[in-house]
Amino acid sequence: MPNANFKVWRGDAKGGAFKDYSTDVSEGMVVLDAIHKIQADSANDLACRWNCKAGKCGSCSAEINGKPKLMCMTRMADLPLDRPITVEPMKTFPLIKDLVTDVSWNYAVKKTIKGFAPRKPDAPDGTWRMQQDDIERPQEFRKCIECFLCQDVCHVLRDHHLHDKFIGPRFLIYTAQLEMNPLDTGDRVPDLKHEHGIGFCNITKCCTKVCPEEITITDNAIIPLKERVVDRMYDPLTKLLRVLKG
Amino acid sequence: MPQIDVPLEKLRFGQTSRQDAWWLAPLLTVLGLGVGFGYLTWAMFQPEHYWWGPYLSPVCSPEIFGNSPFSWFGPKPAWFPWPSSVPFLPALLILWAPGGFRFTCYYYRGTYYKAFWGDPPGCAVGEPRSTYRGENSFPLIIQNIHRYFLYVAVIFIFLLGNEVLGATQFPGPGAPDRHFGIGVGTLVMLTNLVLVSCYTFGCHSFRHLVGGVLDIFSKSKGRKKAYDCVTCLNKRHGLFAWLSLASMCCTELYIRLCSMGVISDWRIF
Ligand code: SF4
Ligand code: SF4
Ligand code: FES
Ligand code: FES
Repeated sequence: MPNANFKVWRGDAKGGAFKDYSTDVSEGMVVLDAIHKIQADSANDLACRWNCKAGKCGSCSAEINGKPKLMCMTRMADLPLDRPITVEPMKTFPLIKDLVTDVSWNYAVKKTIKGFAPRKPDAPDGTWRMQQDDIERPQEFRKCIECFLCQDVCHVLRDHHLHDKFIGPRFLIYTAQLEMNPLDTGDRVPDLKHEHGIGFCNITKCCTKVCPEEITITDNAIIPLKERVVDRMYDPLTKLLRVLKG
Repeated sequence: MPQIDVPLEKLRFGQTSRQDAWWLAPLLTVLGLGVGFGYLTWAMFQPEHYWWGPYLSPVCSPEIFGNSPFSWFGPKPAWFPWPSSVPFLPALLILWAPGGFRFTCYYYRGTYYKAFWGDPPGCAVGEPRSTYRGENSFPLIIQNIHRYFLYVAVIFIFLLGNEVLGATQFPGPGAPDRHFGIGVGTLVMLTNLVLVSCYTFGCHSFRHLVGGVLDIFSKSKGRKKAYDCVTCLNKRHGLFAWLSLASMCCTELYIRLCSMGVISDWRIF
């Protein structure tokens, strides 16, 4: 059985450092298995968050060899074993302990986005009718598992810490999901510009690259929202057309 | 907006645990954009060798004023403000349009912010500056003008198409007779037209305008079809951005070399 060396971040809000561990690797193992093995064999107090081990709960987000990834979906076989594998917590959120960060900021941000506001029901029994063509776009965004890896990699939050000005890619797709919903009547465009800081996104697509659900965050959600903001806030022609149409 | 109360770690420039060659992509981008746009800028400042036979370089297309037979209104008129000591450069009159279109393109923006500004240098790699305004305020807020460049770019596609048609009309020995023919240059120009069209019609603003703006597609079948077509090109927008840049350079270079007599155009029929 091959052996893998790890450098795992150990510490809390006051500080910490990488600590070396090694463990045996067997076929089919993922990084989360290795972390559990290290936890069982040599670091009983190592903190890590996980739940489904199937890439569906979004709990086990971390940075593996510097890349934001789900530990349960990163196969050991895909990592080079000739040098230590680094495993560290997400950098965009406050550290609680070892690999566990406090992601509650995200839940607070979600509350600032205007909720779903459906039009009047289409049928007397209080239900609606929708066509597949109309819900394809929001459906892509509903795949989100709230792992917050996209928030972690986004340089606006990660490097510039503009948490008070920018909601981040996760919540831009959430806004897009609501805005493009054929039943929704809410208007989130002014908030996107003024409160939620869509202008801070410089479309560098790191969020799209790390999304484990392969949601095309930048091209399918953020840029279309930016275009809606242009319609409303910057383009004099569409403004004029709106006035003429009444 | 909610805040995070505890201070987060400040990352140093280049700080990362990534072990792969993350610097390679920005380096290749700098080289690719540098060579591509560098060559086109150089070509823009060349007063000669921008046409040969029935071919007109895309850098000078359309030629509003100029000395070639392609010029719409003949040579530069006397009233046109131009320093007398500098030879007239027809490309300068028009190149702001495709230049502005590409400069404000969402794909190029993301690419050059990363490669030239280091905003960020690579994903999960520390940035050189601590201040950041993004496209939220001046000057980059101006990028929102992109759709206006798109309108001009669509007109340019038709003009470029017209030049390709013209590239099948070879001058006879006794000009102004012209006869139908196809040379390698015609095919080079046609390839360029196809690639530039795929780039232009895959534009994100175009995608929005043809249908993306709607929340309910099912009531506008035609727009849904158009949206799907544009989406298909849009998925490869980055690829077409590079291919069309390369084809612009190659077409310009081909015509220039023909005009200089370095190579001769091969007539297929
Ligand atoms: S594309 Fe925008 S939201 Fe996504 S990582 Fe880059 S700056 Fe952040
Ligand atoms: S968009 Fe993707 S990366 Fe972001 S939170 Fe959702 S699943 Fe995770
Ligand atoms: S443990 Fe659920 S996503 Fe990894
Ligand atoms: S987004 Fe690239 S050309 Fe419009």
